[in-house]
Amino acid sequence: MNEIIQVHNISKQYRLGQIGTGTISHDLNRWWYKVRGKEDPFLKIGEENDRSKKGGSEYAWALRDINFDVQQGEVLGIIGRNGAGKSTLLKILSRTTAPTTGEIKIKGRVASLLEVGTGFHPELTGRENIFLNGAILGMTKQEIKNKFDEIVDFAGVERYIDTPVKRYSSGMYVRLAFAVAAHLEPEILIVDEVLAVGDAEFQKKALGKMKSVSSNEGRTVLFVSHNMVAVKSLCDKAMILKNGLMVEMGNPAQVINNYLSNQLNKNLLLDFEDAEKAPGNDKAKLKRIEICPQPGNPFDLITVKTQLNINIEFWNFEEGRLINLTIFINTSAGECVFANGTQAVSLSSGLHKATCTIPSDFLNDDIYGISLMIVGDASYPISFFENIISVEIHEERKSTNWHGKWPGFVRPKLDFRLLPKD
Amino acid sequence: MNELLETGQTEWDLVIKPRSSIFKLNLKEIWHYRYLLVMFVKRDILSVYKQTILGPIWFFIQPILTTIVFVVIFGNIAKISTDGLPQVLFYLAGITIWNYFAEILSTTSNTFVTNASIFGKVYFPRLVLPLSKVISGLIKFGIQFLLFILALTYFLLKGSAVHPDFLNIIIYTPVVLIIMAALGLGLGLILSSLTTKYRDLTFLITFGIQLGMYATPIIYPLSAIHSKYRILIELNPMTSLVETFRNIYLGAGDLNWKGLTYSFGFTAVILVLGIIIFNQVEKTFMDTV
Repeated sequence: MNEIIQVHNISKQYRLGQIGTGTISHDLNRWWYKVRGKEDPFLKIGEENDRSKKGGSEYAWALRDINFDVQQGEVLGIIGRNGAGKSTLLKILSRTTAPTTGEIKIKGRVASLLEVGTGFHPELTGRENIFLNGAILGMTKQEIKNKFDEIVDFAGVERYIDTPVKRYSSGMYVRLAFAVAAHLEPEILIVDEVLAVGDAEFQKKALGKMKSVSSNEGRTVLFVSHNMVAVKSLCDKAMILKNGLMVEMGNPAQVINNYLSNQLNKNLLLDFEDAEKAPGNDKAKLKRIEICPQPGNPFDLITVKTQLNINIEFWNFEEGRLINLTIFINTSAGECVFANGTQAVSLSSGLHKATCTIPSDFLNDDIYGISLMIVGDASYPISFFENIISVEIHEERKSTNWHGKWPGFVRPKLDFRLLPKD
Repeated sequence: MNELLETGQTEWDLVIKPRSSIFKLNLKEIWHYRYLLVMFVKRDILSVYKQTILGPIWFFIQPILTTIVFVVIFGNIAKISTDGLPQVLFYLAGITIWNYFAEILSTTSNTFVTNASIFGKVYFPRLVLPLSKVISGLIKFGIQFLLFILALTYFLLKGSAVHPDFLNIIIYTPVVLIIMAALGLGLGLILSSLTTKYRDLTFLITFGIQLGMYATPIIYPLSAIHSKYRILIELNPMTSLVETFRNIYLGAGDLNWKGLTYSFGFTAVILVLGIIIFNQVEKTFMDTV
């Protein structure tokens, strides 16, 4: 095989907190150990880097013993939560910072699109910035001249090319910056979150470029993104980083599936065994609410194609009260997609059950909060449980080459067809 | 990349390791990035006076105004000697040459801090940036030097007591400029490396450059210093450079080999030290800046 990148035992340590007067004593301490030929005392300290937990030491490992190889022409997707070490890894690969331990071997030129627009000077025009940015990225004058028209065309900013870039819209700015980098022709291209910016048309262009760079020109791409759809469809391999450790590397569909199901499907059940501690009041209390994806394989990802059954158990304490249940489905932005109620029934005192089915091909991809209301006499709320449980519905899309966010609250499959003339 | 294919791709082009060797000056790499150097110089010159009406004329206005102020305060109020030279020429010569040094020192000394956003995203030999500052400093010096030459010509035509030594001008001008640039660069590299971690120094730099001017014979000639304190002023490596400059262009001032050799030696040590420290810092400065 033709290996283009070899990463051996790469670790990166950062010092937490502020740099102040304490720094100098640590520096001196380090130097003193070094003089005596001993190991750096601060390199040993540091635990797993979980940003949400308070750690014991002032040093943290952003990356720990990362090992992997990349073959020529491969597109490697790197996924992980914020703070998992993705960007640190890319920074080391693009040589903007050095690793604390380990070694990386690379064949060919590396160019990075870490937050594009590097070195753009706001006072200079688009034209001047293309030359400046190209030079920063390591192009020669001749290379830039040859590509100039192509770059301007790709960015679609021809009209503004002699205007200072400080007058550009943020979208135009990014397009121009990406265009320069995309025409760089490095052997290895590092791409970090370009998809977060630009409109749909530009995203399509950018992803198309990435794809052609790897498949037609045999170049290697390292791609960091939160957009799972893009990673799945563009990458040959995917890697998960978690708290600075490499958790898994392999087939993108498999890796993404594991990543997402690990991350989320846990909180689909809320069960209160003890009526004393259950939420509610002396008239009615919630015992249990569960979201059951159908079919019920717990390792499957919940997608827009998954049917969801919501099973509810609650206590009614008022004999003979006329009761109905209403559920509300709310988007992550807090808007209610719909509310739905049962018929009202006169219930005996004790435990009762209810079930609601949300069909497949109905909700769009989002994180939905589910609120439940127990209504008395079909007129007033007895108990209201706001966003008591939530479910993330993931994207699943075939037969499309567009990777942006699908618009809309709901995503029904309607009978919508083209009627070609015979 | 063609060499790479010929060797059958068995060689790695790049090995990233935690630390580099103590003195590694990759001139080949800097040469590869020469076009970037040109672009940075262009950026410096172009961007400073964008959206100004007077544009490059500002390069002239600053030394002219400073000279006027010096003539009034130091020449006419304090009545400090000017070695028998016309006051305007005496001060202008000092300001022109000192500005060159001060410009290089102050722009290179904040290399890391002001360019953190670029350095954080792309790799290129970091030394390219301070080198570009030296060159753009040279261009600005060239413009101000032109002003000085105009003034010199005027006073020569007027028949003032000025005696340029044309042979020495050709020999010593490059010597003075190169030593001065190297000294500014070396000091700038040391300061920029230290400021990434300890910002205390940024306060010192602007202040230090101002004080440095008074410790250098800019507003006074070396000959006006009492022999008891003269050695202190001569310890300043800038002293012999400024004096040489005045000597060759104006005919008054101290031109001696001992002083120039001292300046050269001092500068060489500072520059080597600067490059070593800079090399050490450039790899990980993003973590501490």
